[in-house]
Amino acid sequence: MGLLNKMLTAIRGGAREVGENIVDANGIRIFEQEINDAETELEKGKRDLTSVVAKEMEAKRNVANLTDEIVKHEKYAKDALDQKNEELALEVAQKIAELTSQLGIQVKAEESFKNHAAKLKDLIKKTQKSLASMKRELVMVKTTDSVQKATTAITSNYASSNSKLLSAKESLDRIQKRQQDLDDRLVAGGELYDEFEGKDLEAKLKDAGIVENDNSAQDILERLRSNKTGE
Amino acid sequence: MTEINKIANGLSDLHSNDNIAYPFEIQPIPGEVDILKITIEDMEELPVYVSVSDNQILCISYLFKEDEICNNDGSSLHDIMLKMNIPMPLSSFSKINDQYVIFGALSINSSINDIAHEIEILSENTLEAIETLKDYLK
Repeated sequence: MGLLNKMLTAIRGGAREVGENIVDANGIRIFEQEINDAETELEKGKRDLTSVVAKEMEAKRNVANLTDEIVKHEKYAKDALDQKNEELALEVAQKIAELTSQLGIQVKAEESFKNHAAKLKDLIKKTQKSLASMKRELVMVKTTDSVQKATTAITSNYASSNSKLLSAKESLDRIQKRQQDLDDRLVAGGELYDEFEGKDLEAKLKDAGIVENDNSAQDILERLRSNKTGE
Repeated sequence: MTEINKIANGLSDLHSNDNIAYPFEIQPIPGEVDILKITIEDMEELPVYVSVSDNQILCISYLFKEDEICNNDGSSLHDIMLKMNIPMPLSSFSKINDQYVIFGALSINSSINDIAHEIEILSENTLEAIETLKDYLK
């Protein structure tokens, strides 16, 4: 976390002046170059690994072939001895000795390529890990840089537009007041709507004779009369 | 066309296609980094700033400055902010210099609808956060 730490220390160092770069552009370039180098190294490591593994496989094949050959020749030697052909048996034995010494070389080669491949694999894993962490760090550094630059732009935009930077509470109060006004308007609007609609409807219902007309004198008398008879 | 222009055009297309859904006003801000200032209707005091970097789209809204915090209440304010952080949908708190902010980060491959949705939610969260934290502010 070298670069990121440096950057955070710089930010912690105090208020930044407008236009001042939080991250040294040169520092980023050097870091990007280091990442490129690590990537090249990684590619080379992978190619090396391929060729070492190929050589290991070849040695392994040689070991198998030589072992087969030796087994075969041991059988020839036995056959020659069975036929009491000492001269031929000796010749075959010499061949076996030669094959055995070749086998020894190939076994050693296989072992050595195997170790080499294991070491390369470890190295590649290590490089991949550190490469990933370098890339992550670069992203963090670049993002911080970009956010700092954005902040500078936003701040100077405020300054140039002459608008007063409100405190959070002032903003909240304004927005909530506007929302309250809107709510009030909606409620008032709703009441008016009901009123108009209601009146309209009542009038229509009266016209249709569904709702009775205003009490007439006749109706009142009628009601009073019926009340009396009921007593 | 740069990413930020695509976003600006996309957002204004959304607005003209359905001008009730996204009442955004979009204004580019000049500077070393491309930024869009998005003003949301009825939330003019709390704009959302959108910037694009190599790997992400950042939507940031400013909350308050350090000096707006009531005396010595910083640590209880931080405690509440940390506790709000996960329940708050899509947005998180951060601090740039002495400025507390709320932000959402999106993948560079986000659709314009995702970005519009993010801005809307961020704007709502901003108001909600200030409302919740107002007792700690001057």
